[in-house]
Amino acid sequence: MINEHLPALQVVVPLLAAPICFLIPNKRLSWLFATLVSWLSFAMAILLVIAVNDGTILHYEFGGWAPPWGIEYKVDIFNSYVLLIVTAIGAAVFPYSWKSIQKEIPETHHRIYFTAMLLCLAGLLGMTITGDAFNLFVLLEISSLSSYTLISLGRDRRALTASFQYLIMGTIGATFILIGVGLLYALTGTLNMADLASRIPALEGSRTLEAAFAFLILGFGLKLAMFPLHLWLPNAYSYAPSSVSAFIGATATKVAIYALLRFLYTVFGSSFSFDYMQVHWLLMPLAIASFMFASIVAIFQDGIKRLLAYSSVAQIGYILLGISLVNVTGLTAALLHMFNHALMKGGLFLALGAIAYRIGSTRVQSIAGIGQAMPYTMAAFVIGSLSLIGVPLTVGFISKWYLILATLEKGYWPLTVLIIISSLLAVVYTWRVIETAYFQERPAGAPAVKEAPLSLLIPTWVVILANLYFGINSSLSTDLASHAALLLFGGSLL
Amino acid sequence: MMSLDLYNYWVVIFLMMAGFYMLIASNHLIRKIIGLNIFQTSVFMLYISLGKVAGGTAPIAAEGIDTYSNPLPHVLILTAIVVGISTTSLALALVIRIKESYDTVQEDEILELDSIADEEGS
Amino acid sequence: MSNINLLIDVVLLAMLVLTTIAIVRIESLFAIVMLTGVFSLLAANIFIILDAVDVAFTEAAVGAGISTVLMLATIGITGYEQKRRRKISWVAPLIVVTITGAVLVYGTLDMPAFTDPEAPIHTHVAPRYINESPTEVGIPNMVTSVLASYRGYDTMGEVIVVFAALIGVLSLIGIREHKGDPKHLEPPARPVLQVMSKFMIPFIILFALYVQFHGDFGPGGGFQAGVIFAVAIILYALTFSQQDAMDLAPPRILKRLASLGVLIYGGTGVVSMLKGGNFLDYNVLAHDPVHGQHYGILVIEFGVGLTVACVMMLIFFAFISRGDRNP
Repeated sequence: MINEHLPALQVVVPLLAAPICFLIPNKRLSWLFATLVSWLSFAMAILLVIAVNDGTILHYEFGGWAPPWGIEYKVDIFNSYVLLIVTAIGAAVFPYSWKSIQKEIPETHHRIYFTAMLLCLAGLLGMTITGDAFNLFVLLEISSLSSYTLISLGRDRRALTASFQYLIMGTIGATFILIGVGLLYALTGTLNMADLASRIPALEGSRTLEAAFAFLILGFGLKLAMFPLHLWLPNAYSYAPSSVSAFIGATATKVAIYALLRFLYTVFGSSFSFDYMQVHWLLMPLAIASFMFASIVAIFQDGIKRLLAYSSVAQIGYILLGISLVNVTGLTAALLHMFNHALMKGGLFLALGAIAYRIGSTRVQSIAGIGQAMPYTMAAFVIGSLSLIGVPLTVGFISKWYLILATLEKGYWPLTVLIIISSLLAVVYTWRVIETAYFQERPAGAPAVKEAPLSLLIPTWVVILANLYFGINSSLSTDLASHAALLLFGGSLL
Repeated sequence: MMSLDLYNYWVVIFLMMAGFYMLIASNHLIRKIIGLNIFQTSVFMLYISLGKVAGGTAPIAAEGIDTYSNPLPHVLILTAIVVGISTTSLALALVIRIKESYDTVQEDEILELDSIADEEGS
Repeated sequence: MSNINLLIDVVLLAMLVLTTIAIVRIESLFAIVMLTGVFSLLAANIFIILDAVDVAFTEAAVGAGISTVLMLATIGITGYEQKRRRKISWVAPLIVVTITGAVLVYGTLDMPAFTDPEAPIHTHVAPRYINESPTEVGIPNMVTSVLASYRGYDTMGEVIVVFAALIGVLSLIGIREHKGDPKHLEPPARPVLQVMSKFMIPFIILFALYVQFHGDFGPGGGFQAGVIFAVAIILYALTFSQQDAMDLAPPRILKRLASLGVLIYGGTGVVSMLKGGNFLDYNVLAHDPVHGQHYGILVIEFGVGLTVACVMMLIFFAFISRGDRNP
């Protein structure tokens, strides 16, 4: 019975856990409760991945009303894979939060923090799993409103302006999505994605359809920080509390990319998106500009969080490049990089949060000489950086490898060169951090530093070890990604 | 009638764009939020215009009426209005906090204060 | 659309255009906020002309009511002062807006004609709501049927969005309870207003209850009722004092009730799951499916009303208590 309701429970459990969490008077209990819920969500995501692994598609009709009249949830290999990414990061960040927010967020706000985190988690999961275009908008706004709140919790006053900027950009994005969905609705009379997909081919050539396509691409482009719409991202990630940067940095843009892919492949169909609209010729230059520009900017950052944020813009560029190659290998690379980037950026932000916990700052200069004092934290940071660069035995290598294969398959060798150059830039910007930590002296008079507490180290290392595990034993993630890519191309998700 | 077929849509698009313009061009944060409100409310009008049926009445079943306007856009927009007021209240709360910590709600002055802080920090 | 309605529609739209131009051009913030209220009222009129009575109701209560009050409270704190921007920067925004608008106009060219009954949105999906919902769900207001039953899950999401906004506002500005400062608490003498509002408030609350429970038959429902109920308390706070209102509706209790409203909604879904249906499938709540729908809608509408009323009051208290003077 539980199994049959699994798709609904995946979202409803964290969604309803939020108001319960808000009612719990004790801070520690609210943390324990939220952590438990995040683990439960992770377990449900694993069960869903197993259930759909053989190609079955799970449907869930809310209120018992059949689509397109009611709202349906639909789980297939592709979105179960995204559910797994989001819940896995959640399961690591929630336990980590307890210690991390002690120093970053005033005690009066701890309960609000966990409530907002649960809402954000639920919203992201709902966006991933829903089969209804308007329901996606509602869940998008749940996750957005809670992430504005979470970002504004940062200590620096610039967290407020970062949150405001994100709110404005995010709401423009959401309103564009609303316009796009409205135009699609005007043309077809339906909001159900599968039903839309079956009606859109007959409309090819409609100018309304083209406008709807443009608004949806722009709307999701804003949410996923596609260059040059990424301006909100560096501030948002830099000034948010560490654990929030880790969670949102690893998951939110991935879910927006998922939604973009869902519309490109499932709703509009690859023949409309790529053969008729030729959207890859828009995405490709933006993707290249994104990873080249952001990698260069990252080199000149003083704040490590800001550096990682620009690196995220670059990684989004790789993912978009994979999508814009329009072949199975490229899409596989993109999907793999969604998973792998969540692991590497999640691990790096978590390690950075542990550093912030001990020294209270995340500027490059301020971590001089902490390599000996915080060996485990810094080792985690080094492995995460290697993964970011794409060194063999880490997950970063796997997705870069697929991406390079995909460019070669297409015969676009200049792209291959650009990917390698951008990876070298990643060596430069991560090396600055590592060099400062290991080879510079701790400034005289600076307070002594201890290793981070275990409650921060364990979640960090779990994510970092996942970087190595999936880098060495890559068949699990590559199989999932290539199955999902094949399905998207085959269009057999319907 | 032909010229009026799209009249509703075009006026609504003009309103949307006026709000959108105010949102991105204003320097004052509250003006931005008002622009956002106008932008969104105009999108709501677009949806509701879609739902109107010639000769129809409000979608409440009654004796002797057989043409109703489409209830679905109404439902969607009810939800969207609620989402809109939620976003507005959160944005206004942020503006209050920004005023308290920067002592201004003008975007250019905030950016200036931030860049001074950046230079001092490094 | 009959000719007279068409005429009203055209005139209202023209007024909207004028209001909007005024809003974009006028300098005074106070005037802009007031005109935004006018904009909402005009929009509500358009919604009525276009048969969306529920939407008109909500837009008037939210756009002209709550949102104007919140804006005024914010301006009270930030001040009316506006400085001119040093560099002129209207070119780039104008280009962006023109392109966006052009894409939209291009998009409308192939759109089904306004009010055309043969348009896809009137021939697909919606006919079932119109033809079957009075018997399937058993209530005449189709908007309520779709909102609470067919797309009940969206509405639960909507309640959660309201709750998320509450969390955000509490996190950012919180609610300050001015205790033990009698001078501050002294309400200004406004005898006429106070007597009037004492007279009005019971009727407003009665109206809220009517809207709450009459939503099945006419326009209304939990959301509108919640807003109206909150307006009664807001009126009380404005004419007496914020402290009086907070004594009447203590924030500590409102916070719990706001969570409770969400849980009532979600709980209905869980109960229908335990009874063997899908989440929010009200058919299984009673022996007869239509009765089940009735119970389900009644309960979730109550949850919506509870959360919305509490959240609106709390957000209002948060804004008003942030400023240091009495309203």
